[in-house]
Amino acid sequence: MPHIPLDPELPGIRGAMAFRPETARPLNALVEVLLQGPNMLTRGERELIATYVSSRNCTQYCHSIHGAVAAAHLDGNEDLVRQVKVDFMQAEISPKLKALLNIAGKVQQDGKLVTPADVDLARREGATDIEIHDTVLIAAAFCMYNRYVDGLGTNQPADPAFYRERGKRVAREGYVAVSEEYLAPHSSTVAQ
Amino acid sequence: MPHIDLPAGFPGISAGFQFRPETAKPMRELAHVLLHLPNSLTPGERELIASHVSSRNNCHFCYSSHSAAATCHLGDASLVAKVKADFASAPISKKLKALLAIAGKVQQDGKLVTAADVEAARNEGATDMEIHDTVLIAAAFSMYNRYVDGLGTWQPDNPEMYAQMGQHLAREGYTQPSIRQPVGASSIVAD
Repeated sequence: MPHIPLDPELPGIRGAMAFRPETARPLNALVEVLLQGPNMLTRGERELIATYVSSRNCTQYCHSIHGAVAAAHLDGNEDLVRQVKVDFMQAEISPKLKALLNIAGKVQQDGKLVTPADVDLARREGATDIEIHDTVLIAAAFCMYNRYVDGLGTNQPADPAFYRERGKRVAREGYVAVSEEYLAPHSSTVAQ
Repeated sequence: MPHIDLPAGFPGISAGFQFRPETAKPMRELAHVLLHLPNSLTPGERELIASHVSSRNNCHFCYSSHSAAATCHLGDASLVAKVKADFASAPISKKLKALLAIAGKVQQDGKLVTAADVEAARNEGATDMEIHDTVLIAAAFSMYNRYVDGLGTWQPDNPEMYAQMGQHLAREGYTQPSIRQPVGASSIVAD
């Protein structure tokens, strides 16, 4: 039961965003740049970072939907997504992505835990400054999205099937485009 | 020493924003809506929520700059210090105390917010929109703080610089940089 009245048809962050379109727009613009925009890290890699952080924060809606988007980018490989959540060191991903996930896990706890040794390790595996920057910011941003979704007590469906089709659509169309369907009809009634 | 090659002389988040303008833009816009645009919570109240969360995350740059902005809005630096030390005994409204309690839970984990916490805020007059914005301010500063700390940004101990930033933020908001050129080495008190 959400702490404030949110549209019951819109689970997770969608209900919160429909409640407040003024903040939804920059929130969607940020996730679009980080996860969908042009980047040397693939969309699948970036979604795995978002999924991993959301999983560590135990936010069901976020780790399920981003896991589904990641799988959609990774030829439907849901096992790989599951392995990254459980123990990324054993997953079939590049050493560079492992080093970046290590940094993301530190940021998820506290940014001050990231050490020069963590960053050197990522660099030795080929990570660039912008990839390190984006890893830190993806991890930081999902500490925000996760707290937003949990802090409002949003409805977070448990069934993986609920997320699978939407994950494919987000992977195809992007975050800003799919958000219009729930932002546009509400903007006239909720905007202050 | 920052973990990546950030522009020299730009403190805290201003270095991250210079390094990556594409992500800076929505991050600035979000702060502007949450902290600056008209709202039934005053800008001073909202800056106090931001500085409270940043204090709990031990993020020196964010705490100092948002405390300075709160001081500008409220005209009282001692009030900001009292909220930092113990908001429950600070001379602020009961509604703001109830919202700061919610913000403190979100800073740890959003799942800690209970129906009773929200009810307490509502009993003191908080609206749904104010509860929403409190949760999102606390969540957003859980991001800004981690971004500033996770890049190992330069966070000088320079009260004059933060006071100037606070004035800019209080007057202009967040869409334009408050630090436009490198901060001179002569003004660095400690690194």
